[in-house]
Amino acid sequence: MKIAIEHPFGKKMRIHERLIEATLFGFALLSIVITLGIAIILIRESYLFFSDPEVELWGFLTGKEWQPMIGRFGFLPLLNATLTTSVIAMALGIPVGLFVAVYLSEYASDKTRGILKPVLEVLAGIPTIVYGYFALTFMTPLLRSIFGMETVQIYNTASAGLVIGILVLPMIATMAEDAIGAVPKELRLAAYALGGTKMETTFKVVIPAALSGLSATFLLALSRAIGETMIVALAAGAGPNLTFSPFEAAETITGYIVRISGGDVSYNSVDYNSIFALGLILFLITFTLNMISRKISRMFHQEYE
Amino acid sequence: MNSLSLAQVLQPGVEQSESQVKKTVLKLEHVNIHYGSFQAVKDATFDIYEKHVTAFIGPSGCGKSTVLRSINRMNDMIRGSWIDGKILFNGHDLYDEQVDPVLIRRRIGMVFQKPNPFPKSIYENIAWGARINGFKGDYDELVEQSLRQAALWEEVKDKLKQNALRLSGGQQQRLCIARTIAVQPEVILMDEPASALDPIATGRIEELILELKNNYTIVIVTHNMGQASRVSDHTAFFMVDDKRTGYLQEYAETEQLFLNPQHRKTEEYISGKFG
Repeated sequence: MKIAIEHPFGKKMRIHERLIEATLFGFALLSIVITLGIAIILIRESYLFFSDPEVELWGFLTGKEWQPMIGRFGFLPLLNATLTTSVIAMALGIPVGLFVAVYLSEYASDKTRGILKPVLEVLAGIPTIVYGYFALTFMTPLLRSIFGMETVQIYNTASAGLVIGILVLPMIATMAEDAIGAVPKELRLAAYALGGTKMETTFKVVIPAALSGLSATFLLALSRAIGETMIVALAAGAGPNLTFSPFEAAETITGYIVRISGGDVSYNSVDYNSIFALGLILFLITFTLNMISRKISRMFHQEYE
Repeated sequence: MNSLSLAQVLQPGVEQSESQVKKTVLKLEHVNIHYGSFQAVKDATFDIYEKHVTAFIGPSGCGKSTVLRSINRMNDMIRGSWIDGKILFNGHDLYDEQVDPVLIRRRIGMVFQKPNPFPKSIYENIAWGARINGFKGDYDELVEQSLRQAALWEEVKDKLKQNALRLSGGQQQRLCIARTIAVQPEVILMDEPASALDPIATGRIEELILELKNNYTIVIVTHNMGQASRVSDHTAFFMVDDKRTGYLQEYAETEQLFLNPQHRKTEEYISGKFG
């Protein structure tokens, strides 16, 4: 018989350590399971859509007409409207957000920063439905008064796009400020020591050095704009329309999904299944953008190590 | 130098280098530097001579880097810093209200403790300063000249388009020196330029400093007394008082200061009794 001799520094069983670790792991696992679950449902329902005899993949990707009621499944009008609102949003959000970020990180005094940052946070906290009404009741009348009642329809992608731009602005400004702030102080000193003015230092050294962080920011904002739903559902129009005029009504991918899922379309109909196919495509687009953005910002962090 | 000094006339046997007429480039007169209510340096008065190397030594917190940064007004970057007294550069007060610090920094360049090349190509690092200064000449030539002067050309001539961050630490520091030279300053300030480098890279920087003093006035802050004695002609020894305010304890030709210090504190510091 061997008697176990207790080692003075022997391992102790710490039950609660293991317990907490297992619990935390469980929650981490849960988020992965949920993501996978969503992906699986999207793929399964999309399969139902694409396996419908009326639908063929090539026609789906290239067709210029989206009328599921009469068997027209070309998704270009929806994609076009999504791209129109997103591009308009970026055209407003990127420059303004970038300038706000530059101002905050390089120029603003502590006092103005102390005012501006909370304002941005408030802007970021407004529910998107409110932005939607803002588009409809402020932006659209504004555009109509500038460009004329005949030119600008009541529902139009320009109004929705501009308001999405305002929506993503705080996000761009905050993330861009982080990217600019992450540029080592030594680089600014080097530029000043060579006789650089503040503007030369900011625009010819600091911003180029922050470019990868900034591009990651812009891609993330683009992915947010593409996925934005409430604003386009309210202000962009409710009907697929392949147009390049931002002043005409056109339904985006997300807008269509909202209309169908909220409407009285029967389950298992091809229209109903189509929203999962569109959801899958949205998911793939934003997923790809986020991955690229992650990759770029990783490259950025390696540069200075 | 076409005028002879009194010493030369009286002692014709004395070596030229020791008796050369020294032209003052920078004149510090009763310089007090403050950060808010804290006085970092008090009453520094001394001259810095053209095409000489002047070393600032002293224990941590003695204000030697603060004095260095005040010479090209990089202290302006530190919030709450202010200065009184005068720093005359070729007779002009650098702290006159009319003075534009940007223009001063184009004449008085600076090399930092940690190599800080821009995350751009080697070529662009050199060209940057010249470009913002509106240099109209041949950039290829400027880049080559500057890199040659910084003893880096042979190592990088085939990879000028490569990102400067891929160079070794010592090469990066020589690139920073080349970048400073490219703006064609009169004075180069160096804030412990070799303290982040290995001994071999340090040796190369020291050789380079001796080379550069033929064309530039150099002021170097260093923790390394061997380095001060090897590269400098004049040494300023700074001390710190019990209120943590730095002051100039002793200023002399380097040989004089190291071999025959006039103050007990100087002697103790250079013999390693504190620091």
